[in-house]
Amino acid sequence: MSRRPGFVLEVDKSTPPTLFWNGEGFTLETLPEGSRVIYAPEPMKALDDPYGAIRQALLHPLGDRDPLPALLHAGMKLTICFDDISLPLPPMEAPDIRQMVIESVLDMAAEAGVDDVMLIAALALHRRMTEGELRHALGDRVYDAFAPHGLLTQHDAEDPDKLIHLGQTESGEDIEINKRAATSDLLVYVNINLVAMDGGHKSVATGLASYKSLRHHHNPQTMQHSRSFMDAPASELHSSNWRMGRFIADAGVKIFQIETTLNTDTFPPSFAFLQKREWEWGLRDRATFAATSASLKGVPPRLARGIFHSIESPHAMTSVQAGEVEAVHAVTTENVWKQQGVDVVGQTDILTMGLPYICPYNVNSIMNPILVACLGLGYFFNLYRGRPLVREGGVLILRHPTRPEFHPGHHPSYIDFYEQVLTQTVDPLAIHKQFEESFATDPWYIHLYRTGHAYHGVHPFYMWYWCAHALEHLGRVIVVGGDPKAVRRLGFSPASSLNDALEIASDVVGPSPTLTHLHAPPLMMADVH
Amino acid sequence: MSTLLFERSLPRFAAARIVSNFGSGRGAGIGPLRLVEHDAPSLPGAGWAHVHPLLSGICGSDLATLDGRSSRYFEDIVSFPFVPGHEVVGLLAEEAVGATGELLAAGTRVVLQPVLGCAARGIVPPCAACAAGHVGNCGHLAFGHIRPGLQTGFCADTGGGWSTTGLVAHSSQLYAVPEGLSDADAVTTEPVACAVHAVLGAGITEGDVVAVLGAGTLGLTVTAAFSHLVTTGRCPAPRSLLVGAKYTHQQSLALSFGAAEALPPEQLARAVRRHSHSLSYGGVAGETATLSTGADVVFDCVGSAESIAQSLSMVRPRGTVALVGMPGKMTIDLAPLWHREVRLAGAYAYGTESVPTAKAGSEEADSEEADSKEADSKEADSNEAASKSGAARTRAKTKISATAKDAPAGRGLPSDTGLPPDIGRAGRVSTFALALEVVGAQTTGRLVSATYPLTRFEEAVAHAGAAGRRGSVKIAFDITKGHTR
Repeated sequence: MSRRPGFVLEVDKSTPPTLFWNGEGFTLETLPEGSRVIYAPEPMKALDDPYGAIRQALLHPLGDRDPLPALLHAGMKLTICFDDISLPLPPMEAPDIRQMVIESVLDMAAEAGVDDVMLIAALALHRRMTEGELRHALGDRVYDAFAPHGLLTQHDAEDPDKLIHLGQTESGEDIEINKRAATSDLLVYVNINLVAMDGGHKSVATGLASYKSLRHHHNPQTMQHSRSFMDAPASELHSSNWRMGRFIADAGVKIFQIETTLNTDTFPPSFAFLQKREWEWGLRDRATFAATSASLKGVPPRLARGIFHSIESPHAMTSVQAGEVEAVHAVTTENVWKQQGVDVVGQTDILTMGLPYICPYNVNSIMNPILVACLGLGYFFNLYRGRPLVREGGVLILRHPTRPEFHPGHHPSYIDFYEQVLTQTVDPLAIHKQFEESFATDPWYIHLYRTGHAYHGVHPFYMWYWCAHALEHLGRVIVVGGDPKAVRRLGFSPASSLNDALEIASDVVGPSPTLTHLHAPPLMMADVH
Repeated sequence: MSTLLFERSLPRFAAARIVSNFGSGRGAGIGPLRLVEHDAPSLPGAGWAHVHPLLSGICGSDLATLDGRSSRYFEDIVSFPFVPGHEVVGLLAEEAVGATGELLAAGTRVVLQPVLGCAARGIVPPCAACAAGHVGNCGHLAFGHIRPGLQTGFCADTGGGWSTTGLVAHSSQLYAVPEGLSDADAVTTEPVACAVHAVLGAGITEGDVVAVLGAGTLGLTVTAAFSHLVTTGRCPAPRSLLVGAKYTHQQSLALSFGAAEALPPEQLARAVRRHSHSLSYGGVAGETATLSTGADVVFDCVGSAESIAQSLSMVRPRGTVALVGMPGKMTIDLAPLWHREVRLAGAYAYGTESVPTAKAGSEEADSEEADSKEADSKEADSNEAASKSGAARTRAKTKISATAKDAPAGRGLPSDTGLPPDIGRAGRVSTFALALEVVGAQTTGRLVSATYPLTRFEEAVAHAGAAGRRGSVKIAFDITKGHTR
């Protein structure tokens, strides 16, 4: 049976209730007749022989790059950098793509007699990965071969001895990146492209950068001028990364980019109903939904979190391409759109979305209120090309418990951002101006970032900046089922039910608004005409 | 004529203590406090006058007394039965000389500086503290021609503010209320004076990180006083003034008084850490950890074992914890105080303050400040030997300066006001004078959330005991209404 593309359903009397994610759980909502529901395309067929495909990609690179074996020789300095814990979501079943690709690269390096090889997790300002997370991403064989010898490291954006300032772009953007990577004879970057904004020059220019570099594009102005992040020509974030990436290439850093794409097979069979269309739920799906919902009701949030974060996704690789960064990324982006693109005609007055338990920054952690805002307004809102799904001045309705809970080890500066910044203003520009530097240079946050597993002190700011375009665009944001105090702290309106939310929204969009529901995850990207 | 009288009664005292376990102020009805018919106290001697209270506040120390939780330390400097009420604005019943030396006509609205120091007690010569203007530190609180009592409101001879029959006050205690101030403003003068004294005694320097823990009346008045003193150049400007306030109305008031940030008390250490660029020992959560540096000064406006421990955890090594809230007997781990050489300083009452003169650097200003330091050094158990010797070196010059400088014409002070001869000169200001200024500038009368007649004293005390929870700050008795039950 051929794969079905994405689909926009118009709700009528016969439409069953629609599934909304709700943090560590989900609920069924009856949408008003005439509402639209956007479903993700069904998963593309996985590559039959991923190892073979990887080898082919390495041997037949795209753009101005020689095959990988031709770039490898004894005595050279080789650095292999890879995407961190933030990708993919949820973490995939073993073997992880990174393991497959890196094993293939290492095999070729070994054949060429390369013995100076270093692996670096491209964290940017994310938290350091734990041993377990590294083992999962790389496999035990790679981990045990490198980690005990200090050859598996994690990028430290605060270690001046391990950074190099390459210069400034023509727009005055500082390029300060990982010194080992920049000074290697060859930098191999292993990427997982979950959405269109991943990869390309962003891999090195962001993943291996310092705050000094990142601040040039991770700021409210850039985010407000990125419409959307997924649409490269319209994204200032993309433009800035591309300027930096080209500068890095011109500075002589030789990059061999390996990019991979995944299908939308997001949840294991036990949660199959999560990626089915509701009217196609069978008896087993209905029973699983009912049983899961009932059992989750009596489970404390902490336990529920543990259950959900133990989910490993059956994501499968749909493409792998290697070679010169821009040539590779053009193909990658095309493949991402092939899997995730959905044509949508016209904008909507109200966009609804149920937010799941996970986003790139709370893997094995807690989805705190700032990350809730970021997932809804920064990520899901921006899953469009052309025009936003919701019209300017429209309303975004999120469903999520939005508990004021934080992981103290992973998100220490988020706690202070929530208590000491959002209590004063929610305006990204004001926040940027008044508070960013003090958080970014705070010695305690830096200490925790470097020695523990904490996101950098400035990270919650970036999460808030991700929301900047949506905050500017929307007339109101309503959170259904969220902790009222936390929701108000974010500057949003709390509602106890979807009907309440629609009532509140009518103040902004009138009594008979159009409504569209983004049925994600699985992830999709709306091509809004 | 109604008076609330606090009598020595062990059974009632015990009952109040038990009931207060269910909430501060709950035991007022069964405790040693009774509403009685009582005559006005007679004047103890010359220099005394009757005052008819208009408003009289309920203070944290009153609550502790009513709850049976006051420290036994106070037993010898209190005499029974007494009429509580030391936060008082009232009307003078007869002409009297005020603390600043001016003649106050009968009917003048006055606030009471309640400490019963050497002047009020007719003790000549006064103790060293009173001689230096630090009446709050008077060493003669149990002596002289009135019975023991650290303040009006704790002395059997003076009466107190919780009475319609009035009280007696000594000239040294009387401050005329400026016309622009409401009664509500005026009744906050006493706690504001405590705050002014605490702020000016804390040794704050330019660029300090200052934290205020607790935002009841004391915490808020410390915030208000500090901001005003900084604005008017009497106190060095801090880098940050951070307030730990449990309730949202307290947070709003703290911000309106000039706090840079007002946040829940459990978040205060985190804010201090961030503003002081500290690292943190003992966990990434930060709340219970000890900071590597921390606040230069912490005002503990709660006075509990928990609040002192929290203050010690967020003050920097060699910093100061100013204990503004009244503590009692408690168990506390002082290891951090010892290890970090923290100064735990009491901040009680008021007296005379040394504040920078408008134009610093003049010989006069320098010498006055030195004089003040010298006086302080007599009483304080200071280990700052260098300061002492420095003060001693400049004392001769100070004396010369003081001799050469005549008091302003018409401002000669009667000898029994108890104020030192240099009070009123630039650099030496009575705490109450500063407090009245703060009260006007910050309109601290807005802290008065509710007033009750004396007949509803149980409700009033219960309200005061739960003020924060009930969205209130200061509860006061309105002595002008509801005289009979």
